[in-house]
Amino acid sequence: MILNIQGLTKKFGVNTAVDNASFALEKPQMIGIIGRSGAGKSTVLRMVNRMTDATDGIIEFEGRNILTLTGRAKRAWQADCAMIFQQFNLIPRLDVMTNVLMGRLIDHSAIGSILRLFTRDERLQALAALDRLGIAEHAIKRAEALSGGQQQRVAIARALVQDPKIILADEPIASLDPMNAQIVMDALRDIHERDGRTIIANLHTLDTARNYCDRVIGMRDGRIVFDGASHELTETAAREIYGAGAEFDEAATSTSISAISNTAIAEPALAVAG
Amino acid sequence: MSDSLATAAIAAQYEIAERRRRVYSGLVLIFMVVLVIGGVRIAEDVNAGGLWSGLPNIFDYPADILGQAYTKGWEFWTIPFTVQHADHGISHTYFYYLVETLNMALVSTLIGFFLGAIISILASRNLVKNRVIVWVTRRVTDISRAFPEIVIALFLIFIFGKNPIAAVAAIAFHTTGALAKLFSEVNENTDMKPWEGLEASGASWLQKIWFGIIPQVWPNWISYALLRLEINVRASAILGFVGAGGLGQQFKTFVDWKFGADIAAIILLLISAIILIDQLSTWARHYFIGKEAH
Repeated sequence: MILNIQGLTKKFGVNTAVDNASFALEKPQMIGIIGRSGAGKSTVLRMVNRMTDATDGIIEFEGRNILTLTGRAKRAWQADCAMIFQQFNLIPRLDVMTNVLMGRLIDHSAIGSILRLFTRDERLQALAALDRLGIAEHAIKRAEALSGGQQQRVAIARALVQDPKIILADEPIASLDPMNAQIVMDALRDIHERDGRTIIANLHTLDTARNYCDRVIGMRDGRIVFDGASHELTETAAREIYGAGAEFDEAATSTSISAISNTAIAEPALAVAG
Repeated sequence: MSDSLATAAIAAQYEIAERRRRVYSGLVLIFMVVLVIGGVRIAEDVNAGGLWSGLPNIFDYPADILGQAYTKGWEFWTIPFTVQHADHGISHTYFYYLVETLNMALVSTLIGFFLGAIISILASRNLVKNRVIVWVTRRVTDISRAFPEIVIALFLIFIFGKNPIAAVAAIAFHTTGALAKLFSEVNENTDMKPWEGLEASGASWLQKIWFGIIPQVWPNWISYALLRLEINVRASAILGFVGAGGLGQQFKTFVDWKFGADIAAIILLLISAIILIDQLSTWARHYFIGKEAH
Protein backbone atom coordinates (compact mmCIF):
# COMPACT_ATOMS: atom_id res chain seq x y z
CA MET A 1 0.00 0.00 0.00
CA ILE A 2 1.53 3.31 -1.05
CA LEU A 3 -1.10 5.82 -0.06
CA ASN A 4 -4.04 5.11 2.21
CA ILE A 5 -6.58 7.82 2.95
CA GLN A 6 -9.30 6.94 5.45
CA GLY A 7 -12.22 9.05 6.65
CA LEU A 8 -10.54 12.30 5.63
CA THR A 9 -12.69 15.26 6.73
CA LYS A 10 -12.19 19.00 6.63
CA LYS A 11 -14.59 21.48 8.20
CA PHE A 12 -14.31 25.25 7.75
CA GLY A 13 -16.56 26.53 10.53
CA VAL A 14 -19.97 25.03 9.83
CA ASN A 15 -19.13 24.11 6.23
CA THR A 16 -17.81 20.65 5.48
CA ALA A 17 -15.42 20.95 2.55
CA VAL A 18 -14.37 17.30 2.55
CA ASP A 19 -16.67 14.72 4.09
CA ASN A 20 -15.30 11.33 5.13
CA ALA A 21 -13.25 10.73 1.96
CA SER A 22 -11.42 7.41 1.62
CA PHE A 23 -9.30 5.90 -1.14
CA ALA A 24 -6.11 3.89 -1.41
CA LEU A 25 -3.29 3.34 -3.88
CA GLU A 26 -1.72 -0.12 -4.17
CA LYS A 27 0.84 0.87 -6.81
CA PRO A 28 2.01 4.11 -8.46
CA GLN A 29 -0.86 5.47 -10.52
CA MET A 30 -1.90 8.59 -12.32
CA ILE A 31 -5.16 9.66 -10.73
CA GLY A 32 -7.53 12.37 -11.86
CA ILE A 33 -9.93 13.96 -9.40
CA ILE A 34 -12.95 15.58 -11.02
CA GLY A 35 -15.94 17.46 -9.72
CA ARG A 36 -17.63 20.84 -9.65
CA SER A 37 -15.92 23.91 -8.21
CA GLY A 38 -16.19 23.74 -4.44
CA ALA A 39 -16.51 19.96 -4.43
CA GLY A 40 -13.45 19.71 -2.16
CA LYS A 41 -10.85 18.59 -4.72
CA SER A 42 -8.28 21.27 -3.84
CA THR A 43 -8.80 20.78 -0.11
CA VAL A 44 -7.99 17.07 -0.45
CA LEU A 45 -4.69 17.81 -2.22
CA ARG A 46 -3.80 20.58 0.23
CA MET A 47 -4.40 18.21 3.15
CA VAL A 48 -2.18 15.54 1.58
CA ASN A 49 0.60 18.13 1.19
CA ARG A 50 -0.11 19.41 4.73
CA MET A 51 -0.71 22.99 3.58
CA THR A 52 -4.12 22.64 5.21
CA ASP A 53 -4.69 20.66 8.39
CA ALA A 54 -7.31 17.92 8.35
CA THR A 55 -10.19 18.03 10.83
CA ASP A 56 -10.40 14.25 11.02
CA GLY A 57 -9.12 11.12 9.31
CA ILE A 58 -5.89 9.40 8.38
CA ILE A 59 -3.46 9.90 5.49
CA GLU A 60 -0.88 7.11 5.48
CA PHE A 61 2.03 7.16 3.08
CA GLU A 62 4.08 3.95 3.02
CA GLY A 63 2.62 3.03 6.41
CA ARG A 64 3.33 6.37 8.13
CA ASN A 65 0.56 8.76 9.17
CA ILE A 66 1.67 12.04 7.65
CA LEU A 67 -1.07 14.06 9.35
CA THR A 68 0.75 13.93 12.68
CA LEU A 69 4.09 15.20 11.32
CA THR A 70 5.37 18.53 12.63
CA GLY A 71 8.37 20.82 12.14
CA ARG A 72 11.18 19.48 10.02
CA ALA A 73 9.55 16.08 9.49
CA LYS A 74 6.49 17.84 8.04
CA ARG A 75 8.65 19.94 5.70
CA ALA A 76 10.55 16.81 4.63
CA TRP A 77 7.19 15.23 3.73
CA GLN A 78 6.22 18.35 1.76
CA ALA A 79 9.47 18.01 -0.20
CA ASP A 80 8.58 14.34 -0.90
CA CYS A 81 5.11 15.40 -2.01
CA ALA A 82 5.55 18.03 -4.70
CA MET A 83 2.67 20.32 -5.62
CA ILE A 84 1.78 22.06 -8.87
CA PHE A 85 -0.73 24.91 -8.88
CA GLN A 86 -3.21 26.42 -11.31
CA GLN A 87 -1.42 29.80 -11.13
CA PHE A 88 2.08 28.18 -11.17
CA ASN A 89 3.06 29.92 -7.89
CA LEU A 90 6.57 30.78 -9.03
CA ILE A 91 8.53 33.77 -7.75
CA PRO A 92 7.96 36.19 -10.65
CA ARG A 93 11.02 38.40 -10.10
CA LEU A 94 13.58 35.64 -9.71
CA ASP A 95 15.16 33.81 -12.63
CA VAL A 96 13.94 30.43 -13.81
CA MET A 97 16.97 28.51 -12.46
CA THR A 98 16.52 29.93 -8.96
CA ASN A 99 12.84 29.09 -9.12
CA VAL A 100 13.65 25.49 -9.97
CA LEU A 101 16.33 25.32 -7.25
CA MET A 102 13.62 26.29 -4.73
CA GLY A 103 12.73 22.60 -4.89
CA ARG A 104 16.01 21.87 -3.04
CA LEU A 105 15.42 24.27 -0.11
CA ILE A 106 14.77 21.38 2.28
CA ASP A 107 18.48 20.40 2.11
CA HIS A 108 19.71 23.90 2.93
CA SER A 109 19.74 26.00 6.06
CA ALA A 110 18.09 29.43 5.91
CA ILE A 111 21.49 31.17 5.78
CA GLY A 112 22.84 28.76 3.15
CA SER A 113 19.87 29.27 0.88
CA ILE A 114 19.88 33.06 1.35
CA LEU A 115 23.51 33.03 0.15
CA ARG A 116 22.35 30.75 -2.71
CA LEU A 117 24.85 28.04 -1.73
CA PHE A 118 23.33 25.45 -4.05
CA THR A 119 25.81 22.77 -5.13
CA ARG A 120 27.02 22.30 -8.69
CA ASP A 121 25.19 18.97 -8.69
CA GLU A 122 21.93 20.65 -7.80
CA ARG A 123 22.35 23.26 -10.52
CA LEU A 124 23.01 20.54 -13.10
CA GLN A 125 19.97 18.66 -11.81
CA ALA A 126 17.83 21.78 -12.18
CA LEU A 127 19.10 22.38 -15.71
CA ALA A 128 18.45 18.73 -16.61
CA ALA A 129 14.87 19.07 -15.34
CA LEU A 130 14.36 22.20 -17.44
CA ASP A 131 15.88 20.45 -20.44
CA ARG A 132 13.54 17.49 -19.99
CA LEU A 133 10.61 19.90 -20.16
CA GLY A 134 12.07 21.63 -23.22
CA ILE A 135 12.65 25.05 -21.63
CA ALA A 136 16.38 24.94 -20.77
CA GLU A 137 17.06 27.96 -23.00
CA HIS A 138 14.93 30.13 -20.69
CA ALA A 139 17.00 29.23 -17.59
CA ILE A 140 18.36 32.73 -16.93
CA LYS A 141 15.21 34.69 -17.75
CA ARG A 142 12.95 36.03 -15.06
CA ALA A 143 10.01 33.70 -14.40
CA GLU A 144 7.52 36.52 -15.11
CA ALA A 145 8.94 36.91 -18.64
CA LEU A 146 7.70 33.43 -19.61
CA SER A 147 4.31 32.46 -21.03
CA GLY A 148 1.80 30.62 -18.86
CA GLY A 149 2.61 27.24 -20.39
CA GLN A 150 6.33 27.79 -19.91
CA GLN A 151 5.80 28.91 -16.31
CA GLN A 152 3.84 25.77 -15.55
CA ARG A 153 6.71 23.70 -16.97
CA VAL A 154 9.11 25.60 -14.68
CA ALA A 155 6.82 24.63 -11.80
CA ILE A 156 6.98 20.99 -12.92
CA ALA A 157 10.79 21.22 -13.12
CA ARG A 158 10.78 22.56 -9.55
CA ALA A 159 8.68 19.55 -8.54
CA LEU A 160 11.11 17.19 -10.33
CA VAL A 161 14.22 18.46 -8.50
CA GLN A 162 12.41 17.70 -5.24
CA ASP A 163 12.71 14.04 -6.37
CA PRO A 164 9.22 13.55 -4.95
CA LYS A 165 7.48 10.26 -4.23
CA ILE A 166 4.19 11.75 -5.26
CA ILE A 167 3.21 14.80 -7.32
CA LEU A 168 -0.04 16.65 -6.61
CA ALA A 169 -1.35 18.90 -9.35
CA ASP A 170 -4.16 21.32 -8.47
CA GLU A 171 -5.88 22.26 -11.74
CA PRO A 172 -2.53 22.31 -13.60
CA ILE A 173 -4.04 23.23 -16.97
CA ALA A 174 -7.03 25.36 -15.96
CA SER A 175 -5.34 28.63 -16.97
CA LEU A 176 -3.62 27.34 -20.09
CA ASP A 177 -4.61 27.30 -23.74
CA PRO A 178 -5.32 23.86 -25.32
CA MET A 179 -1.87 23.52 -26.89
CA ASN A 180 -0.02 24.29 -23.65
CA ALA A 181 -2.49 22.18 -21.69
CA GLN A 182 -1.54 19.20 -23.83
CA ILE A 183 2.21 19.84 -23.39
CA VAL A 184 1.81 20.03 -19.61
CA MET A 185 -0.39 16.91 -19.39
CA ASP A 186 2.00 14.99 -21.67
CA ALA A 187 4.87 16.00 -19.37
CA LEU A 188 3.01 14.78 -16.29
CA ARG A 189 2.11 11.50 -17.98
CA ASP A 190 5.75 11.05 -19.03
CA ILE A 191 6.91 11.64 -15.44
CA HIS A 192 4.45 9.00 -14.26
CA GLU A 193 5.43 6.43 -16.88
CA ARG A 194 9.21 6.91 -16.98
CA ASP A 195 9.90 7.70 -13.33
CA GLY A 196 7.11 5.61 -11.85
CA ARG A 197 5.95 8.50 -9.69
CA THR A 198 2.38 8.70 -8.43
CA ILE A 199 0.50 11.70 -9.75
CA ILE A 200 -2.81 13.00 -8.43
CA ALA A 201 -4.30 15.79 -10.51
CA ASN A 202 -7.45 17.83 -10.01
CA LEU A 203 -8.93 18.31 -13.46
CA HIS A 204 -11.82 20.33 -14.73
CA THR A 205 -12.39 18.50 -18.00
CA LEU A 206 -13.56 14.93 -18.33
CA ASP A 207 -11.68 14.13 -21.52
CA THR A 208 -8.34 15.11 -19.93
CA ALA A 209 -9.08 12.78 -17.03
CA ARG A 210 -10.04 9.96 -19.41
CA ASN A 211 -7.10 10.44 -21.76
CA TYR A 212 -4.30 10.81 -19.26
CA CYS A 213 -5.33 9.07 -16.03
CA ASP A 214 -5.41 5.40 -15.08
CA ARG A 215 -8.04 6.05 -12.47
CA VAL A 216 -10.64 8.72 -11.88
CA ILE A 217 -12.10 9.85 -8.56
CA GLY A 218 -15.28 11.90 -8.72
CA MET A 219 -16.19 14.25 -5.88
CA ARG A 220 -19.49 15.96 -5.16
CA ASP A 221 -20.19 18.20 -2.15
CA GLY A 222 -17.08 16.95 -0.34
CA ARG A 223 -17.85 13.26 -0.80
CA ILE A 224 -16.28 10.73 -3.15
CA VAL A 225 -19.09 9.57 -5.40
CA PHE A 226 -17.08 7.77 -8.07
CA ASP A 227 -13.83 5.82 -7.96
CA GLY A 228 -12.87 3.61 -10.86
CA ALA A 229 -10.76 3.06 -13.93
CA SER A 230 -10.99 5.93 -16.37
CA HIS A 231 -12.82 3.81 -19.00
CA GLU A 232 -15.58 3.22 -16.44
CA LEU A 233 -16.35 6.92 -16.39
CA THR A 234 -19.50 6.93 -18.50
CA GLU A 235 -21.61 9.96 -19.29
CA THR A 236 -24.17 8.76 -16.70
CA ALA A 237 -21.43 8.62 -14.07
CA ALA A 238 -20.31 12.11 -15.08
CA ARG A 239 -23.88 13.45 -14.67
CA GLU A 240 -23.94 11.97 -11.19
CA ILE A 241 -20.59 13.64 -10.30
CA TYR A 242 -21.54 17.04 -11.63
CA GLY A 243 -25.14 16.80 -10.46
CA ALA A 244 -26.27 17.74 -13.95
CA GLY A 245 -29.39 16.79 -15.84
CA ALA A 246 -29.86 15.51 -19.39
CA GLU A 247 -28.81 18.88 -20.83
CA PHE A 248 -25.20 18.11 -19.78
CA ASP A 249 -23.09 17.94 -22.93
CA GLU A 250 -19.58 16.69 -22.46
CA ALA A 251 -18.22 18.08 -25.72
CA ALA A 252 -19.13 21.58 -24.62
CA THR A 253 -16.80 21.37 -21.61
CA SER A 254 -13.90 19.92 -23.56
CA THR A 255 -10.81 22.02 -24.11
CA SER A 256 -8.76 19.55 -26.07
CA ILE A 257 -7.78 20.24 -29.65
CA SER A 258 -9.06 16.87 -30.88
CA ALA A 259 -12.52 17.55 -29.43
CA ILE A 260 -12.65 20.81 -31.38
CA SER A 261 -11.67 19.12 -34.60
CA ASN A 262 -14.32 16.45 -33.90
CA THR A 263 -17.04 19.11 -33.72
CA ALA A 264 -15.60 20.78 -36.80
CA ILE A 265 -16.04 17.52 -38.67
CA ALA A 266 -19.49 16.94 -37.19
CA GLU A 267 -20.83 20.32 -38.25
CA PRO A 268 -20.67 19.92 -42.05
CA ALA A 269 -22.30 16.50 -41.59
CA LEU A 270 -25.17 18.17 -39.75
CA ALA A 271 -25.38 20.83 -42.41
CA VAL A 272 -25.81 18.15 -45.06
CA ALA A 273 -28.43 16.42 -42.99
CA GLY A 274 -30.27 19.74 -42.46
CA MET B 1 -43.87 49.09 -18.90
CA SER B 2 -42.97 47.48 -15.58
CA ASP B 3 -39.33 47.82 -16.66
CA SER B 4 -39.55 51.59 -16.99
CA LEU B 5 -41.39 51.72 -13.65
CA ALA B 6 -38.54 49.79 -12.01
CA THR B 7 -36.00 52.11 -13.61
CA ALA B 8 -37.93 55.13 -12.35
CA ALA B 9 -37.93 53.68 -8.85
CA ILE B 10 -34.15 53.15 -9.00
CA ALA B 11 -33.68 56.69 -10.29
CA ALA B 12 -35.79 58.06 -7.40
CA GLN B 13 -33.72 56.04 -4.90
CA TYR B 14 -30.54 57.34 -6.47
CA GLU B 15 -31.81 60.91 -6.14
CA ILE B 16 -32.47 60.38 -2.43
CA ALA B 17 -28.99 58.91 -1.93
CA GLU B 18 -27.45 61.81 -3.87
CA ARG B 19 -29.29 64.40 -1.75
CA ARG B 20 -28.18 62.64 1.43
CA ARG B 21 -24.58 62.65 0.20
CA ARG B 22 -24.74 66.41 -0.42
CA VAL B 23 -26.15 67.05 3.04
CA TYR B 24 -23.31 65.02 4.61
CA SER B 25 -20.69 66.88 2.53
CA GLY B 26 -22.18 70.22 3.60
CA LEU B 27 -22.16 69.22 7.28
CA VAL B 28 -18.53 68.12 7.07
CA LEU B 29 -17.59 71.41 5.40
CA ILE B 30 -19.34 73.46 8.11
CA PHE B 31 -17.62 71.35 10.78
CA MET B 32 -14.19 72.03 9.21
CA VAL B 33 -14.78 75.78 9.01
CA VAL B 34 -15.90 75.91 12.65
CA LEU B 35 -12.81 73.89 13.61
CA VAL B 36 -10.43 76.27 11.83
CA ILE B 37 -12.05 79.42 13.21
CA GLY B 38 -12.12 77.91 16.70
CA GLY B 39 -8.45 76.94 16.45
CA VAL B 40 -7.41 80.43 15.40
CA ARG B 41 -9.44 81.97 18.24
CA ILE B 42 -7.84 79.70 20.82
CA ALA B 43 -4.36 80.40 19.46
CA GLU B 44 -5.02 84.13 19.67
CA ASP B 45 -6.26 83.89 23.25
CA VAL B 46 -3.14 81.99 24.33
CA ASN B 47 -0.57 84.12 22.50
CA ALA B 48 0.44 87.42 24.03
CA GLY B 49 1.00 89.00 20.60
CA GLY B 50 -2.20 88.13 18.81
CA LEU B 51 -2.40 86.76 15.28
CA TRP B 52 -4.02 89.74 13.53
CA SER B 53 -1.94 92.42 15.21
CA GLY B 54 1.28 90.48 14.42
CA LEU B 55 0.43 89.87 10.77
CA PRO B 56 1.70 93.21 9.35
CA ASN B 57 5.14 92.54 10.92
CA ILE B 58 5.51 89.16 9.19
CA PHE B 59 8.24 90.40 6.82
CA ASP B 60 10.26 92.37 9.36
CA TYR B 61 12.48 89.53 10.54
CA PRO B 62 13.32 88.11 7.08
CA ALA B 63 14.07 91.64 5.85
CA ASP B 64 16.43 92.13 8.78
CA ILE B 65 18.30 88.87 8.05
CA LEU B 66 18.51 89.48 4.32
CA GLY B 67 19.71 93.02 4.98
CA GLN B 68 22.57 91.74 7.12
CA ALA B 69 23.43 89.14 4.46
CA TYR B 70 23.43 91.84 1.75
CA THR B 71 25.91 94.02 3.60
CA LYS B 72 28.40 91.10 3.51
CA GLY B 73 28.55 91.41 -0.30
CA TRP B 74 30.31 88.64 -2.24
CA GLU B 75 31.89 87.40 0.95
CA PHE B 76 28.45 85.98 1.86
CA TRP B 77 28.96 83.04 -0.50
CA THR B 78 32.14 81.93 1.27
CA ILE B 79 30.46 81.76 4.69
CA PRO B 80 29.44 78.05 4.47
CA PHE B 81 32.99 76.98 3.55
CA THR B 82 35.10 79.02 5.95
CA VAL B 83 35.22 78.86 9.74
CA GLN B 84 33.13 81.71 11.13
CA HIS B 85 33.26 83.23 14.60
CA ALA B 86 36.21 81.16 15.78
CA ASP B 87 36.39 83.63 18.68
CA HIS B 88 32.97 82.37 19.84
CA GLY B 89 34.23 78.78 19.91
CA ILE B 90 32.87 77.61 16.49
CA SER B 91 35.52 75.12 15.36
CA HIS B 92 34.30 73.94 11.92
CA THR B 93 32.75 75.25 8.69
CA TYR B 94 28.97 75.18 8.25
CA PHE B 95 29.45 72.75 5.40
CA TYR B 96 31.11 70.39 7.87
CA TYR B 97 28.12 70.72 10.21
CA LEU B 98 25.77 70.03 7.28
CA VAL B 99 27.64 66.80 6.58
CA GLU B 100 27.28 65.94 10.27
CA THR B 101 23.51 66.52 10.05
CA LEU B 102 23.23 64.44 6.88
CA ASN B 103 25.28 61.71 8.54
CA MET B 104 22.93 61.65 11.51
CA ALA B 105 19.97 61.33 9.15
CA LEU B 106 21.61 58.60 7.08
CA VAL B 107 22.73 56.45 10.01
CA SER B 108 19.38 56.72 11.77
CA THR B 109 17.49 55.90 8.55
CA LEU B 110 19.67 52.83 7.99
CA ILE B 111 19.14 51.57 11.55
CA GLY B 112 15.41 52.30 11.28
CA PHE B 113 15.27 50.50 7.92
CA PHE B 114 16.74 47.24 9.22
CA LEU B 115 14.88 47.21 12.53
CA GLY B 116 11.67 48.34 10.81
CA ALA B 117 12.00 45.61 8.16
CA ILE B 118 12.36 42.89 10.79
CA ILE B 119 9.52 44.21 12.93
CA SER B 120 7.27 44.74 9.89
CA ILE B 121 7.50 41.06 9.00
CA LEU B 122 6.55 40.05 12.55
CA ALA B 123 3.66 42.55 12.44
CA SER B 124 2.16 41.17 9.19
CA ARG B 125 -0.89 38.98 9.71
CA ASN B 126 -0.32 37.02 6.51
CA LEU B 127 3.28 36.08 7.41
CA VAL B 128 3.00 35.25 11.10
CA LYS B 129 0.34 32.79 12.25
CA ASN B 130 0.84 33.56 15.94
CA ARG B 131 -1.66 36.33 16.74
CA VAL B 132 0.13 37.26 19.98
CA ILE B 133 3.40 38.08 18.16
CA VAL B 134 1.52 40.20 15.61
CA TRP B 135 -0.38 42.08 18.33
CA VAL B 136 2.70 42.74 20.46
CA THR B 137 4.91 43.91 17.57
CA ARG B 138 2.14 46.19 16.31
CA ARG B 139 1.82 47.82 19.71
CA VAL B 140 5.62 48.24 19.81
CA THR B 141 5.49 50.12 16.47
CA ASP B 142 2.56 52.21 17.75
CA ILE B 143 4.57 53.25 20.80
CA SER B 144 7.74 54.06 18.84
CA ARG B 145 5.68 56.16 16.41
CA ALA B 146 3.75 57.90 19.14
CA PHE B 147 6.77 59.81 20.52
CA PRO B 148 8.06 62.68 18.37
CA GLU B 149 11.83 62.61 17.81
CA ILE B 150 12.35 65.74 19.86
CA VAL B 151 10.75 64.24 22.97
CA ILE B 152 12.92 61.12 22.78
CA ALA B 153 15.98 63.27 22.02
CA LEU B 154 15.43 65.47 25.09
CA PHE B 155 15.12 62.33 27.18
CA LEU B 156 18.25 60.70 25.65
CA ILE B 157 20.32 63.87 26.06
CA PHE B 158 19.98 63.36 29.80
CA ILE B 159 21.50 59.89 29.35
CA PHE B 160 24.12 60.36 26.61
CA GLY B 161 24.75 64.07 27.02
CA LYS B 162 24.49 66.70 24.28
CA ASN B 163 25.87 64.84 21.26
CA PRO B 164 24.77 63.33 17.93
CA ILE B 165 24.37 59.83 19.43
CA ALA B 166 21.25 61.01 21.26
CA ALA B 167 19.82 62.45 18.04
CA VAL B 168 20.62 59.34 15.99
CA ALA B 169 19.02 57.07 18.60
CA ALA B 170 15.95 59.29 18.82
CA ILE B 171 15.42 59.49 15.05
CA ALA B 172 16.16 55.77 14.59
CA PHE B 173 13.56 54.92 17.25
CA HIS B 174 10.84 56.93 15.54
CA THR B 175 11.90 55.79 12.05
CA THR B 176 11.76 52.13 13.10
CA GLY B 177 8.14 52.51 14.13
CA ALA B 178 7.14 54.57 11.10
CA LEU B 179 8.82 52.28 8.56
CA ALA B 180 7.62 49.09 10.30
CA LYS B 181 4.06 50.36 9.92
CA LEU B 182 4.47 51.25 6.22
CA PHE B 183 6.44 48.08 5.44
CA SER B 184 3.86 45.83 7.09
CA GLU B 185 1.14 47.39 4.91
CA VAL B 186 3.27 46.52 1.87
CA ASN B 187 3.86 43.00 3.23
CA GLU B 188 0.16 42.41 3.75
CA ASN B 189 -0.57 43.37 0.14
CA THR B 190 1.85 40.86 -1.36
CA ASP B 191 0.78 38.09 -3.64
CA MET B 192 0.89 34.91 -1.52
CA LYS B 193 1.14 32.49 -4.45
CA PRO B 194 4.98 32.33 -4.40
CA TRP B 195 4.75 31.75 -0.64
CA GLU B 196 2.38 28.81 -1.15
CA GLY B 197 4.60 27.40 -3.88
CA LEU B 198 7.57 27.47 -1.51
CA GLU B 199 5.57 26.10 1.40
CA ALA B 200 4.40 23.16 -0.71
CA SER B 201 8.03 22.22 -1.47
CA GLY B 202 9.05 22.17 2.19
CA ALA B 203 10.63 25.61 2.63
CA SER B 204 11.15 26.89 6.18
CA TRP B 205 9.57 30.13 7.41
CA LEU B 206 12.76 32.17 6.86
CA GLN B 207 13.17 30.71 3.38
CA LYS B 208 9.56 31.59 2.53
CA ILE B 209 10.16 35.16 3.75
CA TRP B 210 13.42 35.58 1.85
CA PHE B 211 12.35 34.08 -1.47
CA GLY B 212 8.57 34.50 -1.42
CA ILE B 213 8.16 37.97 0.12
CA ILE B 214 11.38 40.04 -0.06
CA PRO B 215 11.68 40.01 -3.90
CA GLN B 216 8.15 41.43 -4.10
CA VAL B 217 8.38 44.07 -1.38
CA TRP B 218 11.89 45.50 -1.56
CA PRO B 219 11.29 48.14 -4.25
CA ASN B 220 8.47 49.57 -2.14
CA TRP B 221 10.56 49.30 1.01
CA ILE B 222 13.39 51.26 -0.62
CA SER B 223 10.94 53.87 -1.83
CA TYR B 224 9.51 54.42 1.65
CA ALA B 225 13.00 54.46 3.20
CA LEU B 226 14.16 57.22 0.79
CA LEU B 227 11.10 59.26 1.64
CA ARG B 228 11.93 58.74 5.30
CA LEU B 229 15.53 59.89 4.66
CA GLU B 230 14.25 63.28 3.48
CA ILE B 231 12.08 63.58 6.59
CA ASN B 232 15.02 62.56 8.78
CA VAL B 233 17.33 65.24 7.31
CA ARG B 234 14.85 67.84 8.50
CA ALA B 235 14.42 66.02 11.83
CA SER B 236 18.16 65.89 12.51
CA ALA B 237 18.47 69.61 11.67
CA ILE B 238 15.70 70.39 14.14
CA LEU B 239 17.24 68.17 16.83
CA GLY B 240 20.31 70.42 16.69
CA PHE B 241 18.13 73.04 18.39
CA VAL B 242 18.11 70.98 21.58
CA GLY B 243 21.88 70.57 21.43
CA ALA B 244 22.20 67.30 19.54
CA GLY B 245 24.90 68.61 17.22
CA GLY B 246 25.01 69.28 13.50
CA LEU B 247 23.89 72.33 11.55
CA GLY B 248 20.75 72.83 13.62
CA GLN B 249 22.75 73.50 16.74
CA GLN B 250 24.74 76.28 15.01
CA PHE B 251 21.56 77.69 13.58
CA LYS B 252 19.98 77.93 17.02
CA THR B 253 23.09 79.70 18.34
CA PHE B 254 22.99 82.39 15.62
CA VAL B 255 19.25 82.85 15.93
CA ASP B 256 19.91 83.63 19.59
CA TRP B 257 22.78 85.96 18.71
CA LYS B 258 20.92 87.50 15.76
CA PHE B 259 23.83 86.95 13.30
CA GLY B 260 21.73 87.57 10.17
CA ALA B 261 24.29 86.65 7.49
CA ASP B 262 25.08 83.34 9.15
CA ILE B 263 21.38 82.53 9.55
CA ALA B 264 20.75 83.22 5.85
CA ALA B 265 23.77 81.13 4.82
CA ILE B 266 22.67 78.17 6.94
CA ILE B 267 19.07 78.32 5.67
CA LEU B 268 20.38 78.39 2.10
CA LEU B 269 22.66 75.44 2.81
CA LEU B 270 19.81 73.39 4.34
CA ILE B 271 17.41 74.19 1.52
CA SER B 272 19.97 73.22 -1.15
CA ALA B 273 20.78 70.00 0.69
CA ILE B 274 17.12 69.02 0.96
CA ILE B 275 16.44 69.84 -2.71
CA LEU B 276 19.46 67.75 -3.69
CA ILE B 277 18.34 64.79 -1.57
CA ASP B 278 14.82 65.10 -2.91
CA GLN B 279 16.14 64.97 -6.49
CA LEU B 280 18.44 62.05 -5.74
CA SER B 281 15.76 60.02 -4.00
CA THR B 282 13.21 60.71 -6.72
CA TRP B 283 15.71 59.47 -9.23
CA ALA B 284 16.53 56.41 -7.10
CA ARG B 285 12.86 55.57 -6.55
CA HIS B 286 12.17 55.73 -10.27
CA TYR B 287 15.26 53.65 -10.93
CA PHE B 288 14.26 50.87 -8.51
CA ILE B 289 10.51 50.80 -9.09
CA GLY B 290 10.68 51.60 -12.78
CA LYS B 291 13.02 48.69 -13.27
CA GLU B 292 10.61 46.39 -11.45
CA ALA B 293 7.40 47.51 -13.10
CA HIS B 294 7.98 46.78 -16.73
